[in-house]
Amino acid sequence: MAELMKTIGIWLSAYFTLSIFSFLYKDNPFYKLAEQIFVGLSAAYWLVYTIYNILIPNLFNKLFTDFANNWILLIPMVLGIMMLMRMFPKLEWVSRYPMAIMIGTTAAIAMLLSFQSDFLSQIAATIVNPFKFSSPVDIVGTILIIIGTICGIYFFYFSKKPEGFYKIPSKVGIWFLMVSFGASFGYTVMARISLLIGRLDFLLRDWLHIIK
Amino acid sequence: MKSKIPQFLAFISGVVILVAAFIPHTPFGMFEETLTNWFMIISSFAILLGQSSLIQSNLAKISQKAPDWKYHIATLVSFGAMLIFGLLWGMENTPGILGQGEKIAENLGAKPFDYLFEYAFMPLSSTMFSLLAFYIASAAYRAFIFKTFESNLLLITAVIVMLGRTSFATVLTSWIPDSLHFLRLPELTDFIMQYPNTAAQRAILISAALGVVGASLRIILGIERSYLGGDK
Amino acid sequence: MSNDINLTKTLRERRIIFLLLVLAVAIPIIFPLGLKTHSTPLTEKAFELIESTPAGSPVIISFDYDPSTVTELQPMAIAIIEHAWRKNHKIIAMAMWPQGSQMADMAFAEVQKKFGEEKVYGVDYVNLGYKPGGMVIIQAMGRNLKTVFPKDTAMIDYDDIPILKNIKTIKEIKYVVSLSAGDPGLRDWIMTANGKFGIPVAGGTTAVSAPGFLPYVNDQNQLSGLLGGLKAAAEYELLLGYEGTASRGMNPQSVAHIFILMLIVAGNIRVWRNRKKEKMAKEVKNG
Repeated sequence: MAELMKTIGIWLSAYFTLSIFSFLYKDNPFYKLAEQIFVGLSAAYWLVYTIYNILIPNLFNKLFTDFANNWILLIPMVLGIMMLMRMFPKLEWVSRYPMAIMIGTTAAIAMLLSFQSDFLSQIAATIVNPFKFSSPVDIVGTILIIIGTICGIYFFYFSKKPEGFYKIPSKVGIWFLMVSFGASFGYTVMARISLLIGRLDFLLRDWLHIIK
Repeated sequence: MKSKIPQFLAFISGVVILVAAFIPHTPFGMFEETLTNWFMIISSFAILLGQSSLIQSNLAKISQKAPDWKYHIATLVSFGAMLIFGLLWGMENTPGILGQGEKIAENLGAKPFDYLFEYAFMPLSSTMFSLLAFYIASAAYRAFIFKTFESNLLLITAVIVMLGRTSFATVLTSWIPDSLHFLRLPELTDFIMQYPNTAAQRAILISAALGVVGASLRIILGIERSYLGGDK
Repeated sequence: MSNDINLTKTLRERRIIFLLLVLAVAIPIIFPLGLKTHSTPLTEKAFELIESTPAGSPVIISFDYDPSTVTELQPMAIAIIEHAWRKNHKIIAMAMWPQGSQMADMAFAEVQKKFGEEKVYGVDYVNLGYKPGGMVIIQAMGRNLKTVFPKDTAMIDYDDIPILKNIKTIKEIKYVVSLSAGDPGLRDWIMTANGKFGIPVAGGTTAVSAPGFLPYVNDQNQLSGLLGGLKAAAEYELLLGYEGTASRGMNPQSVAHIFILMLIVAGNIRVWRNRKKEKMAKEVKNG
């Protein structure tokens, strides 16, 4: 029975795969149906995991098994229920309370961590003596990092159209950004092709058995 | 009250986290621990909110007979099926209301929730994103054209990186003498990624970090209030 | 009328490109060219982190992705688990994406085929499941791991799981590997686990996001190695000495890249010819 169900499952996967691919020809009912099923499954998946991985172990289980030590969890529970009030236009304002706590907490944590990781550490990593390296490639590369980083920041921060000499760092900043976007494009091609490989591999191996 | 108290709550929670970063001892450390744990519970309710509004909007489209409304029935049916299977028999090794559902799992080869995940959700999700491969190929033909100096820089880098990350790259440039090894495609690609790309990405990171600090301060100090959804 | 003709031509060209791309990927899957890949410093750095960590160390692998990026990230997950198990590390799996928990189970099941009964759930590895919140949750893990994960996915209490017996906070973890398809993911681990708690962090990301993580690979050791995309997964398989799905994937990947490059060349020739034609037409018009 399980073997039969596996075969049915593989055909179902192939059907969904081809339904989505059919969009490449043009929008059609097969694609639309598959798209909506995807939305439904995805939402329910998230919901089930939220219930079993968070709400039950982190909230309800603690409240039901050891209320005396966990009664304080009633506060986030009430705040959570207040969050659900957003669904009702008249009570929408109630959801602002839990939202404010979440936003305030995230903002403070993000501020501290971004400042440390993306500002201080990045500056420290940029201020490196290029001539401490023995290889000419590393020396040139490190000089490029220093110039590119400074010019890039200059381009982002001095948004007023620069004139004369002040144009140069801005221009150099753009060149570095263009090289980076080119590299990103190359990597994006790589990523998208990989996903296609995965799907065609499934069709040719698991469904059609053309390859073993 | 509808907007002042939330602003005050955002301020207090922000300040508690900030102070706890510098004085991690009681009571600030304890406040921080409590807040971060509450955060998880409140955000799970936020997820519930998201799913509820999805159902609401689908029901509205069906009742109003909006264009393509019939397909939204499929959304609700697939949502209902996955939800019920998950609640009744759980998923992976998590038990559901009716336990682990050994019998049904034996017949199906997996729990119903996991079966739907493997044979419906996985192919749908991965195929949906693989469509982008086709559009990027089409864009390469239509939009990647030699034009200005800047666009040429982008194009040449993309070509080197794309070629440098293939298995052909080593073969194609193996004739380059050892003294000029850094010009071989794989090494040239590594150089581009390690230096000019890192410089540009670092400039973006540093600039964005300053933006995050500014935006966060505005939220904590109550200057930025758009998350409250109006000034009522 | 002329617009209609152009639109039909564009559509036809596009469909031909689509078809050729399918062939460029499918043919090397059916008839592999036997292309080999070589390892790069970023992959070697991640490998070295796991290689040099002592046996018995508790480590975290965070599955921060979903099936949409499974082709790139699942071979990495399998290779990292295999390497960690070869070194006898105790793996604590968790997920910041809901689907990640299931991806973890699939990866463990795949590697388990090689190790058999040698690796026992709860003793050598555990799946703590999904938690939302990104950096906020990692910060909470720095205070108390049990409060964040009171139970594993099998609903076993934290205290009853042997692997977690002596672990109170994330600070006791020897390294973190985040397999990340976006946000929340690797960035949160770098900022919090490394930035705040000083734990070595390595990452596996999709190729799309890899360039953005390179600034973290620096002398501050914010990121101890980065696997970017299918190529890096193939490199890791090479370092471990086996040929998995990523290595096989490098054949179609390489051919498809060449195809895209040919499209860029063809596109430029087309534009160059059009420009020439327009120039000539202009010259004729002007006499």
